[in-house]
Amino acid sequence: MSQNSNKIMAWIDDRLPVTQTYEKHMSKYYAPKNFNFWYFFGVLSMLMLVNQILTGVWLTMQFTPSAEAAFASVEYIMRDVEWGWLIRYMHSTGATFFFIAIYLHMMRAVLYGSYQKPRELIWIFGMAIYLALMAEAFMGYVLPWGQMSYWGAQVIISLFSVMPYGDLLTEWIRGDFLISGATLNRFFALHVVAVPLVIVALVVMHLLALHEVGSNNPDGVDIKKLKDENGKPLDGIPFHPYYTVHDLVGIVVFLMVFCTVMFFFPEGNGFMLEYANFEPANGLKTPAHIAPVWYFGAFYAILRAVPDKLLGVAAMGGAIAVLFVLPWLDRSPVRSWRYKGIISRIFIVVFGITFVILTWLGTQPSSGLFLGLIDNTLMAQICSVIYFAFFLLMPFYSSMEKTKPVPERVTGGH
Amino acid sequence: MTLGMKKLFALVAAVVPAFALAAGGNVHLDEHLTDLRDTASLQRGAQTFTNYCMGCHSMEHARYNRVAQDLDIPEELMMENLVFADKKFGDLMTIAMDKGDSKRWFGATPPDLTLVARVRRPDWLYTYLRSFYEDDSRPWGVNNVVFKDVGMPHVLAGLQGRQVMGTAQVAVGFDTLTGQEITEEHEGVLYLEEEGKLSAEEYDKLVFDLVNFMVYMAEPIALERQRLGWWVLLFLAILFVPVYMLNKEFWRDVK
Repeated sequence: MSQNSNKIMAWIDDRLPVTQTYEKHMSKYYAPKNFNFWYFFGVLSMLMLVNQILTGVWLTMQFTPSAEAAFASVEYIMRDVEWGWLIRYMHSTGATFFFIAIYLHMMRAVLYGSYQKPRELIWIFGMAIYLALMAEAFMGYVLPWGQMSYWGAQVIISLFSVMPYGDLLTEWIRGDFLISGATLNRFFALHVVAVPLVIVALVVMHLLALHEVGSNNPDGVDIKKLKDENGKPLDGIPFHPYYTVHDLVGIVVFLMVFCTVMFFFPEGNGFMLEYANFEPANGLKTPAHIAPVWYFGAFYAILRAVPDKLLGVAAMGGAIAVLFVLPWLDRSPVRSWRYKGIISRIFIVVFGITFVILTWLGTQPSSGLFLGLIDNTLMAQICSVIYFAFFLLMPFYSSMEKTKPVPERVTGGH
Repeated sequence: MTLGMKKLFALVAAVVPAFALAAGGNVHLDEHLTDLRDTASLQRGAQTFTNYCMGCHSMEHARYNRVAQDLDIPEELMMENLVFADKKFGDLMTIAMDKGDSKRWFGATPPDLTLVARVRRPDWLYTYLRSFYEDDSRPWGVNNVVFKDVGMPHVLAGLQGRQVMGTAQVAVGFDTLTGQEITEEHEGVLYLEEEGKLSAEEYDKLVFDLVNFMVYMAEPIALERQRLGWWVLLFLAILFVPVYMLNKEFWRDVK
């Protein structure tokens, strides 16, 4: 029996490198053995991607992409389609948890310098995924055709009007003089076909680049330097089975949090499914308070922090663009924040907190008070300055500060 | 019938939804303690809705038979009392009123109310439906504290009575020594000038049931969703044990 299956595998391997690929990426892919909590979020992002694709496919079976029928078809899914409510909530909650996983995954890279040489391309591909994901999420939110779908799209698309030939450009994006069924239809096509293809292709590139150079670790130590007599890294361990069983634990815990939110708080207190979006789109009735879904909050806050529209859009674009060049802003001789100097360490923590505050501010009216103390707009301006300072001053503080010696071998872990 | 002053105090304390902050948009909302398990309340709410609201407001995303099934209303009873004559049991709860006509009559087409509890939230609805007051400057003779200059007439006025806004004594607390009620004079307070068919308490109850029903209609799966959620979490908790042990077993010898 086993002999036969070996023969079959050999026959296939002569024609398609199945065993070789499996070994390269799973059973003989050596990952550092000191991965911690932060290293779950790559596989969790992947889990959410699969969740979005599968639930998305089933949603398209009942959703009607037209201005007249979209809103009602979502309610049809919620009420008349068997298990439709569950599939819809998995998709809407999945969007939030996809971004939670992605943000923590990115923060991990910042903490441990995973974007540094030789992993610049991994970071670039990751950022491209993030950018595509933002487009995907934005267009997906338009599809239910509620008030926030409509007016959120109105705000975001109008940002393009500050560019040269802005009016022509926005008209071209909308496919109409205002947001209309034409916009909804093209967003549907892009959301379910074009952008997902791009995302999946980029994820493949992201992983191929990662497996070419190998994973970083919390110490930022290069595990390929020290190998045993068989050429295996002393601090490495085969991804399968060690990290597959390890990731399973993280997946089960993550799913518990995910299911708690999905089954008991599917609206996320108005941050995931905004209350105003349960009202059908109405181009004649502007909502009192237009807020993006939480995961765009930080960039929206930066946009509003600048009093000038053109400069505001530039600041928002810059906030995203600066992330792309992070590998070249960090001049530190060490990767992990564990061994970086005190300025880097403080700045990383402050940056993390700043991003959370900006995210919160983006969902709030700009006229309110932050914690009842300080004007929201002023707070957003302060946080925006910190956000940019973290990146733009990095070439200086990261190269000047005194770093700690990096150990030869990884520390901690199992 | 004008009520005596003493009775008025009691009513003000019981009924007044808010110190009507007529100037600002920030009106205090009374809490609606939604209870989707109270089937009797939901049934009464359904009855009030079809009798008083559905002349103008549809619930076009919902079906009669689903309501009957979820609220334990027998088909025959449902068809006789709650389903409009020209409708079938499995039909959507639409209405016959022409949207153009109603816009001319009211200034705005009465919105579909299937999802109104998710848009406005239960507290808002509960307060809104109890905050109409007489205002001769408005086309229907009434205004609303929560929704200023609303186009909707006070359909439930016959039940609630005549509510007006004015100056009245409002109970603000109790004297800790004597136990006597402390009252203050406030402006912009709502009080009943004349009782309707229902007492103040009965009217509050009716509105409570109505809002309860609207919350159910906005998301009919809510109870089932939570029930299922516990089972899914239980499954994941059990699954966690072998998964955790498997991981532990594999990593035992890794130094």
